[in-house]
Amino acid sequence: MSLLSIRNLDIALPEGADRPFAAKDINFDLAPGEILCIVGESGSGKSMSANAVMGLLPQGVKATGGTITFDGQEILNLPERQMMTLRGKRFSMIFQEPLSALNPLMRVGAQIAEVFEAHGALGPSQRHARALELLDEVGIPDPEAAIRAYPFQLSGGQRQRVMIAMALALEPDILIADEPTTALDVTTQAQILKLIENLRGSRGMGVIFITHDFGVVADIADRVIVMQKGEIVETGTADAVLLHPEHPYTRALIDAIPRLTRYAHSDDPLGTPIMRVEGLSKTFTTGSGSFFGKQRVVKAVQGVSFDLFSGETIGIVGESGSGKSTVGRCLVRLVEPDKGRVLIDGADIAPMSGTELRETRRKMQMIFQDPFSSLNPRARVSRILTEGLIAYDTPRTQAMDKARKLLDLVGLDASAMERFPHEFSGGQRQRIGIARALALDPSIIIADEAVSALDVSIQAQVLDLLADLKTRLNLSMLFITHDLRVAARICDRIIVMQKGRIVEVGPTAKVLHDPDTAYTQSLLDAIPGQDYERALMQVE
Amino acid sequence: MLRFILGRLVKSVFILLAILIFNFLLIHAAPGDPAAVMAGEAGAADEKFLADLRTRFGLDQPLYIQLWTYLKGAVQLDLGFSYRQQMPVAELIATRLPATLLLTGVAFLLSLVLGVIAGVAASARQGSWGDTIISTLALLFYATPLFWVALMASLVFSVWLGWLPGFGYSTIGAGYTGFAHVLDVAKHLVLPATTLGLFFTAIYMRMTRSSMLEVSRLDFVKTARAKGLRRSVIQRRHILRNALLPVITLAGLQAGQIFGGAILTETVFAWPGIGRLMFEAINQRDYAVILGVFYISGAMVLLFNLITDVVYVIVDPRIRLTK
Amino acid sequence: MKEFWKRFRYNRGAVIGLVILALVIATAIAAPFLFPQSPWKMVQRPFLPPFTDDTLWLGTDALGRDVLSGLAHGAYVSLLVGLVSTIVALAIGVPVGALAGYFVGRTDDILMRLTEFFQTIPSFALAIVLLAIFQPSLTYVIIAIAVVSWPPVARLVRGEVLSLRTREFVEAATLSGLGNDQIILRHVLPNALPAIVVLASLMVAQAILLESSLSFLGLGDPNIMSWGYMIGAARTVIRTAWWLSFLPGMAILLTVLALNLIGEGLNDALNPRLTRKSE
Repeated sequence: MSLLSIRNLDIALPEGADRPFAAKDINFDLAPGEILCIVGESGSGKSMSANAVMGLLPQGVKATGGTITFDGQEILNLPERQMMTLRGKRFSMIFQEPLSALNPLMRVGAQIAEVFEAHGALGPSQRHARALELLDEVGIPDPEAAIRAYPFQLSGGQRQRVMIAMALALEPDILIADEPTTALDVTTQAQILKLIENLRGSRGMGVIFITHDFGVVADIADRVIVMQKGEIVETGTADAVLLHPEHPYTRALIDAIPRLTRYAHSDDPLGTPIMRVEGLSKTFTTGSGSFFGKQRVVKAVQGVSFDLFSGETIGIVGESGSGKSTVGRCLVRLVEPDKGRVLIDGADIAPMSGTELRETRRKMQMIFQDPFSSLNPRARVSRILTEGLIAYDTPRTQAMDKARKLLDLVGLDASAMERFPHEFSGGQRQRIGIARALALDPSIIIADEAVSALDVSIQAQVLDLLADLKTRLNLSMLFITHDLRVAARICDRIIVMQKGRIVEVGPTAKVLHDPDTAYTQSLLDAIPGQDYERALMQVE
Repeated sequence: MLRFILGRLVKSVFILLAILIFNFLLIHAAPGDPAAVMAGEAGAADEKFLADLRTRFGLDQPLYIQLWTYLKGAVQLDLGFSYRQQMPVAELIATRLPATLLLTGVAFLLSLVLGVIAGVAASARQGSWGDTIISTLALLFYATPLFWVALMASLVFSVWLGWLPGFGYSTIGAGYTGFAHVLDVAKHLVLPATTLGLFFTAIYMRMTRSSMLEVSRLDFVKTARAKGLRRSVIQRRHILRNALLPVITLAGLQAGQIFGGAILTETVFAWPGIGRLMFEAINQRDYAVILGVFYISGAMVLLFNLITDVVYVIVDPRIRLTK
Repeated sequence: MKEFWKRFRYNRGAVIGLVILALVIATAIAAPFLFPQSPWKMVQRPFLPPFTDDTLWLGTDALGRDVLSGLAHGAYVSLLVGLVSTIVALAIGVPVGALAGYFVGRTDDILMRLTEFFQTIPSFALAIVLLAIFQPSLTYVIIAIAVVSWPPVARLVRGEVLSLRTREFVEAATLSGLGNDQIILRHVLPNALPAIVVLASLMVAQAILLESSLSFLGLGDPNIMSWGYMIGAARTVIRTAWWLSFLPGMAILLTVLALNLIGEGLNDALNPRLTRKSE
């Protein structure tokens, strides 16, 4: 018998949204002890039905038809008072961003104890003891300390463990996990996935796991639902959907997944170094440090040296806090390095200033992560693309011609010139960002997490575009990313960074398949969906 | 935490010093003879007094020595001499200060408590009749000139209805003692404190309301709901505590405004505080008193700020525990 | 622009505010034509109650001056002081905030200490001190109000600039070879503008309140009729002629209310919740 059964569920968006339904005609079942993954790109409505189960739809969004049957009881239009007795007790939920999902002003222990209090379970002293047990169960290193801590004192992974402990407190029948690992580093993600899988086994609880990452799906799902634009396009067991997808959309998605095994092969011998980085260091101090101010010192980059050869793409890979982005920003002097040299064609950019800096910096341009904040919302595309040229004294008409050519180069129509950034999709904005970077004819492109904010299918397109442009325009590229799979797809060599230092450098094939350091190996091991990748290769 | 408070204290001392320097510069920037400025309206003081002032402040000496003399005096609470009142300014202020502290303190607390309660009530049912009424009232109070409300309140409640005294600090010549005196003062306090608090109640209400609505959209509120907590518990424990942080900050920033309002209400209600003293000094162009009150009010505001800082630190663990 | 109007009109209060403000502006402009005589001139017996004389609708004050004429001329002063002092305050606050936010570090420290100083000292008392020491004329009233009202602008602009300067499009502009001045003027400030506009509308309202309070205390320009002065002058006769205090107060209340309503409407129209499309 199924624990949860959803039939013909329709969820309407408020008037004025870009489509009438957030989700339409949703049907699925969840059995005890089963992990059901709902997978889809942004805007697919994948988390809507899960929120409807909790009775926690966003404001203005309403379920307009269908049924949700939980344990034999119809719960879709249950009065709030009765829903409250179910929430947290029979089903509970964890979220994407554990920092914002926890109350910043309350101790962790109190936030867990609250679950018992809400449902009148246990006495006050038992609540504390039980909270300790739970923290231990979800693998928090020092539960005695953690229970007294405030959320800001814990790491991202620990916070998500606290969320899980809270969700498990009353042994619910269903756990709903809404992108619970998206904000975490790969190694932490692997641990959390393992934890959820173990808990499901030990407690026989059903899990609805919402994600955009097929690797994660492959590692954890029993059954899979694929959603597109508010509708379910495919349902089935994990093996069936992942290895033998029937719907073209599913197939396209799976095809777009970046894979470790599909890496760039470069046969060209390395040419001449176009950029030499020697002993680059940067330490951040926060807090004024003047009197009574508290100071925090972060050694973001420590003694980083490498060469970038002409026509080469180097991937700089690391987890959050590894200093990879700071390296990129130091090279173009958006951040002032404390020590070290950055030689461009033999000239050190680090001590430059004024005109000299401007002229040298022109050769290096950046592509940024967030397609929403990397374009000035109040500037037309024409201005965004010509501004740099005009600043370097190109006549306006010439600059406009060049801008149109650039748009064509990145696959956008010339009509884009007169439009504002908000009129474009994320992928299109990223193309505009690329065009802007190319406007000044740079020889080096630094791409900082340039595809991380994009959906897989668009990610693949943008990566292809970058690879293509690189060859056509004979660019050298530094590709900064947290995702080894993405780096594999485009990089000739890979630099692995940890805590501000380079731990490993080597050709992509070597780093991916025969790394020298344990750290790189641990990063590789943590990548989700590796068994799946192998299975997929066999199928193909 | 102790360090944080200590840091704020040191900063306060610097600001007080800055006010003094500012005062000093004003005296010298003013048109006319600095001695005459210090004595009061030009020509009102006799020559002997002016000469006294000149030697006392070394007005014939270089400016920096004058500044030094001035600061040295001010630090020892020598704020000059009011020629008009024939009394040292510090003494004048000292006799008037308690009344002002009482008035501003009560008005501050009253407006904070009322404003937060009203703001919470309005945000709990966004768009309802209650919300509309509270928000409209706040909008009105926010737009009302304080001195005018004070006048109208004294007209209606004191002159027309005769419910409350609209004048002074206590009933003159009644000779109340003990509890009767406290009650008498309290009665006199009602109108000035409520009218002074009205504007600030509106400010805190609006801030609380928007802050509550803002916080209620945050993720952890959804977590709280997912736990199955009751609405009232979520409101109080999760939303209100977080929503109060910006209100506290605002309250600190507004402390100076409360004193400004006190000048007006004390003037209207003849409340014998330093605000009223300032009004009298304006009419008499008694600059020594004006500058002295300005300096002391600065100190008062810093004290209010310090209190709100401490409250903030107590509420927000992120400041308390970050080393 | 069309979009802006649509959102602005959606806020009923804002439209009411706009209507009231339009009436006040019209009155201020028309005052010299409707009441060509000086509002200080005695025209009838003192304490003539409202609606008793066909030519003097609102009666006369303690010195036999036309109340309606005073209100009309007062509208002009209130608006003028509100507007000009806000412009001056913006002229101080915006550059201070922009510089502090953009060039973090020493510049920021110094400018923010200064702002903090001006924000901590009781602003109304400061305005009084300034006006008591210098001559109370219209210019000094405007200067005094501007001096006490720029710190919130500086703080707001600094906050906006601080968050904008780390945005990626500003970094991109730096890499495109734009100078600091161009980046601030073309990329940073335009994005901070909506917040500044909203604040400015509220500042005009506060400036009008401040001006009336100063005039009430007798610190206004002695040659110019203003609402605050009218209330101050009528204060002593409130028991016998309460309307003399009541009417100018209502004028202030309505004008300030209108400006606040418009400010809220602007806020709704200019800063719609930036809804990033989420699931």
